[in-house]
Amino acid sequence: MNTAQTDTTAPADGAKGPVCRASDGALSIRNAGKIYDPEGVHVEALKDCSLEIEAGEFVAIVGPSGCGKSTLLNALAGFDGITSGEILLDGEPLATPELDPRPGPDRVVVFQHGALFPWKTVLENVTYGPVVQGIMSQEQANKRAQEMLSRVGLNDIETSYPGQLSSGMQRRVEIIRALINNPRVLLLDEPFRAMDTVTKSASHQYLLELYSATGKTIFFITHDLEEAIFLADKVLVMTTRPGYIKKTLQVKLPRPRQYSMLASEEFLAMKAQLVEAVHEEAVKAFEAGEREMA
Amino acid sequence: MANAAAISGPTFGVRVRKFVVSKQFTRGALAVLGFFVLWQAGSMGLFPFMHAIPTPVTVAGSFWEFMSTGKYWQSWMDSTLRVMYGFVAAQILGIPLGLGMGWNRNFKDFSYPLFELMRPIPPLAWVPVSILFWPTNESSIAFITFIGAFFTIVVNVLGGVSAIPRQLVDAAVSFGASPRQVFWRIVLPATIPSIVTGMMVGIGITWNVVIAAEMIAGNTGLGRLTWEAYLAGHTPGIIVGMISIGVAGYVSSMAVKMIGDWLMPWKKVF
Ligand SMILES: Nc1ncnc2c1ncn2[C@@H]1O[C@H](COP(=O)(O)OP(=O)(O)OP(=O)(O)O)[C@@H](O)[C@H]1O
Ligand SMILES: [Mg+2]
Repeated sequence: MNTAQTDTTAPADGAKGPVCRASDGALSIRNAGKIYDPEGVHVEALKDCSLEIEAGEFVAIVGPSGCGKSTLLNALAGFDGITSGEILLDGEPLATPELDPRPGPDRVVVFQHGALFPWKTVLENVTYGPVVQGIMSQEQANKRAQEMLSRVGLNDIETSYPGQLSSGMQRRVEIIRALINNPRVLLLDEPFRAMDTVTKSASHQYLLELYSATGKTIFFITHDLEEAIFLADKVLVMTTRPGYIKKTLQVKLPRPRQYSMLASEEFLAMKAQLVEAVHEEAVKAFEAGEREMA
Repeated sequence: MANAAAISGPTFGVRVRKFVVSKQFTRGALAVLGFFVLWQAGSMGLFPFMHAIPTPVTVAGSFWEFMSTGKYWQSWMDSTLRVMYGFVAAQILGIPLGLGMGWNRNFKDFSYPLFELMRPIPPLAWVPVSILFWPTNESSIAFITFIGAFFTIVVNVLGGVSAIPRQLVDAAVSFGASPRQVFWRIVLPATIPSIVTGMMVGIGITWNVVIAAEMIAGNTGLGRLTWEAYLAGHTPGIIVGMISIGVAGYVSSMAVKMIGDWLMPWKKVF
């Protein structure tokens, strides 16, 4: 858990802030199930998936491709519903089979392929949320955005378009665009996939800094086991489809995390455990695929 | 657009001067020059099959004569106006229709089959009915021109809306945008590149169509001018007409490209 919970995302200038107290952001996923297209193809993506995430916890989810990670994230984000079980956010139902899925600025997503608006400048992108919700004026939002961007070393790019930035910068902007909404939960779906090693480790550093500064609950999907351990308080391994949590690994490494930890015995032992758990599932997934093909 | 100034850099004049001394310009100019040299040589006997074609020098003489007549410039005027009417009407009706079909499933279910039934009918096949239907020749030519650009723009806009990454819409909804805001602030701007592509293709088609329609049904215009030169057996006149049409099309495309660049400060068209 992150101890330094100075909530620096609180809006300045007496702007009406979104309701998020430091204690917010606890997720309770209870026996969640998701069947796509029940009458037709009937793909069971999640089954009896249960997990608890404390407020302010950094949770990473790993698992074979197609196991249902994005399905779970979409349910948390409110892009899609679940077909059984329930998901609670701070004790209130967020998703049940009866509830219509509803996205909101309290649970924002940073997407796998990036979703910055290409026709908006960096500043327009970042200020989009608070302005469209009417909780900040454009000037207030600009000021806030500039503060937050400069904190991740992005001072002089406000009038650039996303297409003019490197992938690493784009991701940083996207994370800031999410955090300016002061969400309860930050949802990241393989945000650093396909990045080169250097960009990736710089991105880790920025994310960890933002995490310790904001104390947000983070739900982080990845395929990279090292990344998962390095960033998270808790790494969850998902089974092959239908997915549920097979293994929970508590990461006891102290924060701030240092790169030297990557070579520590403790780290390597955790990695070995994860490799084994994931490999087992990957083999199952592969065999299931073979059966489907036959 | 609001931020065009931020990235557009040097002024228009400076950019033109830079362009004129650029490699790109030199190469294009060389190709055009080479074409005329070959043509001159060919018509003077290098290529026997070109014996009926007047030399560029003869054509240049005719050009000069044409340009001193009011009729030539009137032809430009008439054709340009027809293209404008047809093209602008096609955008005004086609863009909303394409957006509507792409955004509203029900509307698409209703309109798409009918649309796809009409689309394969070539603009020129509309000539007879439009002469019968429209009160004046002028309006029927403008209508046929409209048809030429209309289907292209609709198909492009529809394709553009369907290709919007779902995540852009999801992101906007997460940030609290209402459906109306999503439409105006996300769907519309995300479709602009397709609208511009539709316009680029459409402007070319409208020139094709207007010329053909003038040859069939018009009394005036560059198409008619060319056709009359043919009827009078005045070969240099035919070529003057053709070159004029080429120039008109080129200038129009450039104009559309400039509109495109202005609409999309975040990227350059082609
Ligand atoms: N709309 C849908 N209709 C039918 N099946 C779907 C749909 N969306 C996803 N699936 C299936 O559900 C399963 C889980 O998909 P999901 O995207 O959650 O996997 P994932 O764990 O995120 O995979 P990856 O690591 O490749 O991103 C997959 O087998 C996928 O094919
Ligand atoms: Mg996924």
